[in-house]
Amino acid sequence: MTASVARAALAPADGERRHRSRRHSTVTAVLALLLIALTVGGLLAGPFGVGIEELLRLVTGAASGATEFVVVTLRMPRLALGALVGAALALAGALFQTVLRNPLASPDIIGVSQGAVAAAAAGMLLFGLSGAPLALMAFAGAVTVAAAISLIAGRGRAAGYRFVLTGVGAAFFLQACTGFLLTRGEVREVQQALVWMVGGLSGAAWPDVAVLAGAFTVLVTAAALTARPLRILQLGDDAAAGLGVRADRARPMVLAVGVALAAVAVAFAGPMVFVAFISAPIVRRLLGDGSLALVPTALFGAALVLAADLVAQYAIPGAQLPAGIVTGLIGAPYLLWLLATRRGGSS
Amino acid sequence: MAAALPAVAAVHGRVRSRTDSSVRRTVGLAACGAVLLAAVWLSLAVGSRSLDPATVIGALTDPSSASVDHLVVRELRVPRTVIGIAVGAALAVAGTLMQGLTRNPLADPGLLGVNAGASLFVVLAITLFGLTSPAAFVWFAFAGAAAATVLVYAVGSAGREGATPMRLALAGTALTAGITSIISVLLITRLDTVNAYRLWSVGSLAARELGDLATLLPFLLAGIVLAAICARPLDLLAMGDDLARGLGQNLALARITATLAIVLLCGAATALAGPIVFIGLVIPHIVRPFVGASHGWMLAWACLLGPALLLLADVIGRIVAAPGELEAGLVAAAIGAPVMIAVVRTSKAVRL
Repeated sequence: MTASVARAALAPADGERRHRSRRHSTVTAVLALLLIALTVGGLLAGPFGVGIEELLRLVTGAASGATEFVVVTLRMPRLALGALVGAALALAGALFQTVLRNPLASPDIIGVSQGAVAAAAAGMLLFGLSGAPLALMAFAGAVTVAAAISLIAGRGRAAGYRFVLTGVGAAFFLQACTGFLLTRGEVREVQQALVWMVGGLSGAAWPDVAVLAGAFTVLVTAAALTARPLRILQLGDDAAAGLGVRADRARPMVLAVGVALAAVAVAFAGPMVFVAFISAPIVRRLLGDGSLALVPTALFGAALVLAADLVAQYAIPGAQLPAGIVTGLIGAPYLLWLLATRRGGSS
Repeated sequence: MAAALPAVAAVHGRVRSRTDSSVRRTVGLAACGAVLLAAVWLSLAVGSRSLDPATVIGALTDPSSASVDHLVVRELRVPRTVIGIAVGAALAVAGTLMQGLTRNPLADPGLLGVNAGASLFVVLAITLFGLTSPAAFVWFAFAGAAAATVLVYAVGSAGREGATPMRLALAGTALTAGITSIISVLLITRLDTVNAYRLWSVGSLAARELGDLATLLPFLLAGIVLAAICARPLDLLAMGDDLARGLGQNLALARITATLAIVLLCGAATALAGPIVFIGLVIPHIVRPFVGASHGWMLAWACLLGPALLLLADVIGRIVAAPGELEAGLVAAAIGAPVMIAVVRTSKAVRL
């Protein structure tokens, strides 16, 4: 009985399915166009003026050396890093929220980001790290914390619930560790650590992008493989078991992919609040039927980070803010507005 | 007739188990009181200057201004213990209310934006008015906490279906994230603000004044009274909105009362000690497996265990980092996290 209801939910009537898939394609196309527009905008914007025709000349190899330096060495890696980080965070949030069935269960709430932040704070304030060693340390922090949470949470019934609660406990513990480091550190170094802890794209370079892109490709392939069990898990553990998906086997796999995605993103760009938390719910709303769609979610995350970075760089003349501030500043009012204006069911 | 017998037996069984559980809850409550007394004792006696019982009692009953020990007890340890009791009780009660109100086991004063609001106003007080001492932050923190909670409640309850648990939690999280960004802007651009703010933001009982507690006491007491009034409506709310409404509960009124209590308690606690997050989150999880779903009992236990946990955290902070000290907020998180994780692991998943 449950299984037949579940199958009906998975396989809607033909007409409805066609309507859904049309809406799905439209949303995906619009988000892709938005991402392209933001990329072009990011290449053109800035104190060193670059025009469209100069950009085209760059493609044919006829642009000046200065233009090439600004566009290829400064702006392109920043945009590539931003898009990858945004997509990775959005996917991580979508995987977490879906598999744990709790809209609050994004990596920045259940301890994964806090693990990276605490490790990075220790790296900066105790060992004076920066660059690649710092990124590695943040990554290791996030993965270690996630592994510890899932070991402690154990398996079996209600493992997802225990995972969330353990994660929140871990998040608080790690915040206290970070707080301790921040109160004891030298105030100037503390301020620099605070900048990292907000999350931003400054200092992006091609080697970072290459590493992130490699990790991203592997993990997105893994995420795509989990897409079907994930959709079925949404129906509840029992219904999923009826459809041949064992929740206790599928869940750790999905969570591992989500943790790895969040960890690489945070390692290179800092936590960037809200991207993981908000992307999947917004895309669900855009799609209008509450379904989970990984491609539009990734596109949305990428566009969100690029837009935030543009605003952060150029909104206040003379002040370069980290992009993570803007994701918080635009994400929060947007979510509040959605909550205040939307009638009917909560997300 | 034969079918009625098991039913009667079942009713009898329930009555007996209810007496049993109420005995167990009362005994447990007394045990909580004993734990709190022990914590108070430690808070008065332990520190960089360790005192024997006779000295502590002497300082309380027959103070001599010539004795440094007596001065330490009366001027430093009594204020910090009393403030610890008030803050711990307020946070634990508020956390219990929040988890009942939002039916979300993750709810704590951080969740409804209370700490974020208080922090923002404190940062503004530092940047705009150049204030630097915790005592000067009191009214800013209180106003910020109240403003944030009211905003979260207004947003969460807008629209047709009103303030559902998930909407409140989402609104609180959204507001917290947004405010954190604003705070970050101010911290990244102003070095002096970083210095004053980071010490306040971890939460501590040191260097707080009894005068501040006296000013905020009416708010705390009003919050506790409102919380007591909420206990029964929250029991009904726990059964779900529809059932509670069917039983004649005015949902909006119950939620507004609980929210008001949370504003008063969290606002005052945060104003006194800074944003201490863990007490409100962990105490309900410790209490729930023992007392079950009755909010009246949960609140009573929380009222005693919250202060005990906070005072113990404060005492441990004085011991481990002697001759300096570790802030109570940090220690509370460090000891609270394993406790909470142990509770989550050992108890069957107690869903709300």
